[in-house]
Amino acid sequence: MSETLLKVEDLCSVFLTRQGVVKAVDGVSFHVKERETFGIVGESGCGKTVTGLSILRLLPEPAGRIVGGKIILGGINIMELSKKEMRAFRGKMISMILQDPMTSLNPVYTIGDQIAESIRLHQDIPNSGVQDEVISALKLLKIPAPEMRLGDYPFQLSGGMRQRVVGAIAMSCHPRLLIADEPTTALDATIQAQYIHLFKDVQKTTGVSIIFITHDFGVIANMCHRVAVMYAGKIVETARTRELFNAPVHPYTRALIDSVPRLDRKDDRLFSIEGQPPSLRNLPPGCRFYPRCSERMEVCGEQPPEVKIGDEHYVSCWKVSK
Amino acid sequence: MAEVLLEGQHLTKHYPVTQGLLQRIIGWVRAVDDVSFKIESGKTLSLVGESGAGKTTTANMLFLLERLTSGTILFKGKDLREFTSSQLKKEYRPSVQSVQQNPWSSMNPRMRVRNIIAEPLVVNNRQSKKQIRQRVLELLEQVGLRPEHAERYPHEFSGGQRQRIAVARALALNPSLVVLDEPVSALDVSIRAQIMNLLKDLQMKHNLSYLVIAHNLATVRYMSHSVAIMYLGQIVEYGQAEELFERPLHPYTKALISASLLTLPEDEEGQAEQIILTGEMPSPLNPPAGCRFHTRCSEARDICSKIEPELVPVGTQLVKCHHCSGL
Repeated sequence: MSETLLKVEDLCSVFLTRQGVVKAVDGVSFHVKERETFGIVGESGCGKTVTGLSILRLLPEPAGRIVGGKIILGGINIMELSKKEMRAFRGKMISMILQDPMTSLNPVYTIGDQIAESIRLHQDIPNSGVQDEVISALKLLKIPAPEMRLGDYPFQLSGGMRQRVVGAIAMSCHPRLLIADEPTTALDATIQAQYIHLFKDVQKTTGVSIIFITHDFGVIANMCHRVAVMYAGKIVETARTRELFNAPVHPYTRALIDSVPRLDRKDDRLFSIEGQPPSLRNLPPGCRFYPRCSERMEVCGEQPPEVKIGDEHYVSCWKVSK
Repeated sequence: MAEVLLEGQHLTKHYPVTQGLLQRIIGWVRAVDDVSFKIESGKTLSLVGESGAGKTTTANMLFLLERLTSGTILFKGKDLREFTSSQLKKEYRPSVQSVQQNPWSSMNPRMRVRNIIAEPLVVNNRQSKKQIRQRVLELLEQVGLRPEHAERYPHEFSGGQRQRIAVARALALNPSLVVLDEPVSALDVSIRAQIMNLLKDLQMKHNLSYLVIAHNLATVRYMSHSVAIMYLGQIVEYGQAEELFERPLHPYTKALISASLLTLPEDEEGQAEQIILTGEMPSPLNPPAGCRFHTRCSEARDICSKIEPELVPVGTQLVKCHHCSGL
């Protein structure tokens, strides 16, 4: 874990709607190192998925677009690539796993065909060699008896197996960065544990870097090396996972961790954050969390700067900068 | 021990699987198989399990939405089969209300909140319009909403607020039991705590009983007094929440708890190895012989695949496992 693979600087993505401009991602910066799992955690609408789609340059056009910032992957600024170059870049360099395997697989093609599709598109392999590649992708994701499974349709598989097939498609061209958007949310608890365990193995074997997008702190704790917490389009805190759980600094991070019930202790009463996240069309000025923050000050009406408070620990909060 | 409000005895629901023109029955899906539990007044019982474990079918049996294959439901000590249909309508159904998982699909989008909350009152009572209007405002206040919200439509609310409306509707008839089917799993993390705290407050205030159906163990620990862990239509472990989470006995319970615990990356070496179950839940159409969990159990022995264990008391819990019962 050393070299930086991906560097995102000041990324801004917006959606143009009839009611005005929605700033879904507003000035987000982070980096992901080689062989690292980087988590992005936040509630719905905080911009985590849009961040992931922006890195792939797959925002739904024309409504969604990236309006600023740099995305540098393996030394190349992908914002400057043409559409054609970008198509070649996806699959080989970056790929993505979506939340619901039932909607990301095509129900009328066999899983063998669906994995072969991405291999044919992105790799220069003769037709005779494609099947071997498909089988090795299935083996990587530990799908039992892969040769027998090639002719299966998605409906013949269980939820956990389907999500493995989606993983096999994503890993089939040996990408260096994998963006996993809530890949375990649709799975049952024990299957979820299996899947996370499996991905740790896949990472060890292939050395792929993973951006793990989720709202579940448990998954973050079990899977990620470093985490960014997002709120209303901005990153409020970035830290190593252990540090984030043991010594969270931003009031939102702390409130979020406190409001999740713990299995290993009995809570009499949970801490709850009052109110709701703001609408992205009508953001409060300054710090976006301050209307709900229990420690707000006058200065919070202005945007707080990002401050480094420890090794790889960054926080945007006036409480720290003062 | 508090008074028992509702008791399920040996509840069983088998669905026929039919084939061909004559709808010949070729098998049975054993969705719920011999499930017994007690819900005490003012207390919370949770049914926990993965999808397909039979949790929702059990709840639907309590709502009399499913005809029991066999078994008995006792409400305040009285067998439901002894209720006449008008007694059921007047005494039982108003007392057992539900809050559904998804607040986006559990409400009619064309009705105002006022009418949504008033509907159970209109259907069940002969109250005057004025009384109903008063009651709706009272309910809104109880769940932390403002009177002006009554005139709005569901789409104007966020998920957490909608779930509050659903709770208000469930409370309209002063029920004694509310079945909460995954009450917070569709909500955002910061909103979940608000709703769980609200539910706990309402329980204290009205001495409500809850039957919580959930798959998130941490939520269950926070909400419940007693817990039943279900696997493939059967209860495999049943006991008081505290004891069950502190000293889980059944291998499946242990695996579930292990899967939901937070393990921080650097902690891994020092901690107990996380239990990762292999395989998936078998089909309830053809459940494994013997103990239904033996196909995935790390401690399975010969006896487990041959003889089905009984649900027997071990310590303070009831456990369905050969290992724990000391065989």
